[in-house]
Amino acid sequence: MSGFMDRRDFLKTAGAGALAVGTTSLTGCSFSSDKRDEVSGDAEMQMRTSPKNGEKVSLLGYGCMRWPMKKGEDGKDHIDQEAVNEMVDYAYRNGVNYYDTSPAYLQGQSEEAAGIALSRYPRESYYIATKLSNFNNFSREAGLKMYRDSQKALRTDYFDYYLLHAIGTSGFEGFEERYINNGLLDFLLEEREAGRIRNLGFSFHGRKAVFDQFMELHEKYHWDFVQIEMNYVDWEHAKVPENVNADYLYEELAKRNIPATIMEPLLGGRLAKLPDAIAEKMKEREPQMSIASWAFRFCGSYPNILTVLSGMSSMDPLIENVETFSHFKPLNDEEKAFLMEMANLMEDYPTVPCTACSYCMPCPYGIDIPTIFRHYNDHVNSGEIAQSCEQDHFQRLKRRYLVSYDRAVETVRQADHCIGCGQCRPKCPQSIDIPRALRRIDRYVENLKRETL
Amino acid sequence: MLKKIRTIAAGAVFILCTLLFLDFTGLAAKWFGWLAKIQFLPAVLAVNAGVVLALVLLTLVFGRLYCSIICPLGIFQDIAARSFKGWRKKHKKFYNWSPEKKWLRYGVLVIFIILLIAGFSAVTALIAPYSSFGRIAQNLFAPVWLWGNNLCAWIAEKAGGFAFEHKEVWIRSLPTFIIASVTFAVLVFLAARNGRTYCNTICPVGTVMSFFSRFAIFRPFFDTSKCSNCHLCEKNCKAACIDVDNHKIDYSRCVDCFDCIDTCKRGAIRYMPFWKAKQTEAQEVKKSVPAKDSGRRAFIGTSALVLGSLTLKAQDKKVDGGLATVLGKKVPERETPLVPFGALSVKDFYQHCTACQLCVSQCPNGVLRPSTSLEHLMQPEMSYERGWCRVECNRCAQVCPSGPIRNYSIEEKTTMHIGVAKVNLDLCVVNRDGVSCGNCSRHCPSGAILMVRKDPSDKDSLRIPTVDESRCIGCGACEFLCPSRPLSAIRVNGLKVHRRD
Repeated sequence: MSGFMDRRDFLKTAGAGALAVGTTSLTGCSFSSDKRDEVSGDAEMQMRTSPKNGEKVSLLGYGCMRWPMKKGEDGKDHIDQEAVNEMVDYAYRNGVNYYDTSPAYLQGQSEEAAGIALSRYPRESYYIATKLSNFNNFSREAGLKMYRDSQKALRTDYFDYYLLHAIGTSGFEGFEERYINNGLLDFLLEEREAGRIRNLGFSFHGRKAVFDQFMELHEKYHWDFVQIEMNYVDWEHAKVPENVNADYLYEELAKRNIPATIMEPLLGGRLAKLPDAIAEKMKEREPQMSIASWAFRFCGSYPNILTVLSGMSSMDPLIENVETFSHFKPLNDEEKAFLMEMANLMEDYPTVPCTACSYCMPCPYGIDIPTIFRHYNDHVNSGEIAQSCEQDHFQRLKRRYLVSYDRAVETVRQADHCIGCGQCRPKCPQSIDIPRALRRIDRYVENLKRETL
Repeated sequence: MLKKIRTIAAGAVFILCTLLFLDFTGLAAKWFGWLAKIQFLPAVLAVNAGVVLALVLLTLVFGRLYCSIICPLGIFQDIAARSFKGWRKKHKKFYNWSPEKKWLRYGVLVIFIILLIAGFSAVTALIAPYSSFGRIAQNLFAPVWLWGNNLCAWIAEKAGGFAFEHKEVWIRSLPTFIIASVTFAVLVFLAARNGRTYCNTICPVGTVMSFFSRFAIFRPFFDTSKCSNCHLCEKNCKAACIDVDNHKIDYSRCVDCFDCIDTCKRGAIRYMPFWKAKQTEAQEVKKSVPAKDSGRRAFIGTSALVLGSLTLKAQDKKVDGGLATVLGKKVPERETPLVPFGALSVKDFYQHCTACQLCVSQCPNGVLRPSTSLEHLMQPEMSYERGWCRVECNRCAQVCPSGPIRNYSIEEKTTMHIGVAKVNLDLCVVNRDGVSCGNCSRHCPSGAILMVRKDPSDKDSLRIPTVDESRCIGCGACEFLCPSRPLSAIRVNGLKVHRRD
């Protein structure tokens, strides 16, 4: 579960995405070396040491949740394996050795694609993290099958990191139902004992009370690591009470010397696309650094972090992130304070805090939820939301919004078709009231069309 | 010179008239909508006495100029004929004089008037000139235009521009599309071989105009002293109305194209008021050559032309694998057809409508399409599978030339009632899927849908939609946005007589 959505994500369509992978290798070289395969200078990937066994883990981890998809001849989406191999090759050669996947990602194809790409390298030279993503069927058999299928797909008989997936979204009861009552946690503990799970942990989204309970359970289970959502917005501005501020999560883990792996360091790419006014401030301080690099440097500046996962969907962000983590410059206190100030400013923007993780999808009524939110957020960030029909350039803003809306989302998948059944609500790790947010956007669109703003 | 002026004027009118049907932005309709309103038949149906009188006067003064520079179908035939000029030359096929087919002309006109009064507008629309043109423009020209637009939109999208937006190309009614194709083929065929055959044998407007053009003040006249009987004018007369041997011109069929004046090298034909004309034909009476058999012009049976290859069914966009499949919506059965806001009643609407397709081509919401029912074939009706009749739009009322859709202001729209929604609770997702919905109620612009408890004894019961018939205006927002597919659980029935608050 990781957080770098392709910033050029107008290339969302699979074909265009694949094309981009083919071409960006040419355009992405902003640094001095002619060879794309190596990072400039004598820089090396920043590594962290696991307190459990002294393993060296790259501070940049590869999140396998946002790889490009291509339409196959059967009309279905398939991962573009060629592109994945190319990206994994680049990452591997530049020292990225942590790969995080799940049986649920990319319509269930992520593990297989990761297995194909990684099995070309010696098994002991990289770390695999995957999860028990038993969201629908809580039976022991289904859980065991999922575990074995992961081994097959990833072509391995052991997992370096294994996680209970998305703890907290369904409360403590959900945890008991998914892992305790069916004995699956006991099974996993045995597997750890047997060395087939080298580190056992959980990924967390949810309320503070559940997290506290899990910290208490540390005495019993000895979590080897915990995956949390952390970035400079969630540090103090997570949506409480449904979510917990990252500073609390981090401190609790650090206190117990449990290493943290980080997901959503970029909030699904939202921290790479900031409102113009905020982006300007960042560029004023560091004209040469990308907006996204601030977010990565923020996470990497905390010592108890094992790896920062980024779901790099094409070569551009991959090359850029490898660069960031190879010439890693931790933030000083003043810079951290600056980011806190930026996070405060961001509160004033009516963006929807969607990270495009697509856990809510597919909506049974066909709504393209993440794309509707992304389209809206883009317009908020670029200051292209109309406030009133009387304002200057209203017609231009109206046209731009409506034309690009139709381009981004098919008519029958737009917000006006949301019936508000609410089946998506519990699935959202960001605790967004999705029907309400969709309704807000629908109202805006209606106001644009009727010119009643 | 006269020909040049005629060509330029006709070209401009033709381009603007066609644009009226092609331009979906509404700009052309706003600036050139009057071009549709000065067409003869729409003006008659709209009881627009001013326009009718002006056209009659125009014809009484200048002859059938209307047919040459105002009627888009006439100009269209001229263009077709001109395009085949090379072919005619190669095959030595020239136009030539033929006597007036009185029985056909008047027969058609009489039947046309009877059908018009009796309300068989589907049949009248088949031969009415402006309707035929609209049909061709909407069904055959518009798709080409839209594909061009979509190519631009594709480029604009790649370049990140907003100058063009994608528009869906779809066949609104297969029968109408086929009829348009047949009309097109027949007219091009006739025009290529014999010029204005349609205008002078079938066209009811042409026949009406001919009553006046016979007595027009300005007409082309022979100057027999200059004529060398070369027949060049006759060979170039697309109306087949010049009888050189007798130095006679049939003014009932002359459409004032001025081609004869232009081709005559001796200046033997001149366009002038009748009192200036030197009537010299009497001196050189020659026996007239019998006209060739023009049976080949009988084309009424040719509608059997099959255009199977042209069934370009509008394709729906493929769905992303990460998205649930969304079934397309089916057209529901409506006991009474839905006709646009601005109509008085279904009956009045269909009586006045010439089936010109202008409203169909202009509807930005994909609501209007030609009817496929035999009774109203090609005349528009509404349906809500692709959109609903949005409350901020009155485009069809703005463009309608013949009066069935009376213009109204946007503010009035929610006070007009054209239909009434009816709920089918068996299809409603609240019952079928056991989820809460209310999307119909949320989007109803007139607040006509009340969500009531499914189980009145349970205060937390799911709510099902009911319709307050007195408030429903029939816009179809509920039907379009209903999640039940392929048939919506709420469907709008037309009102036979529209009502206003």
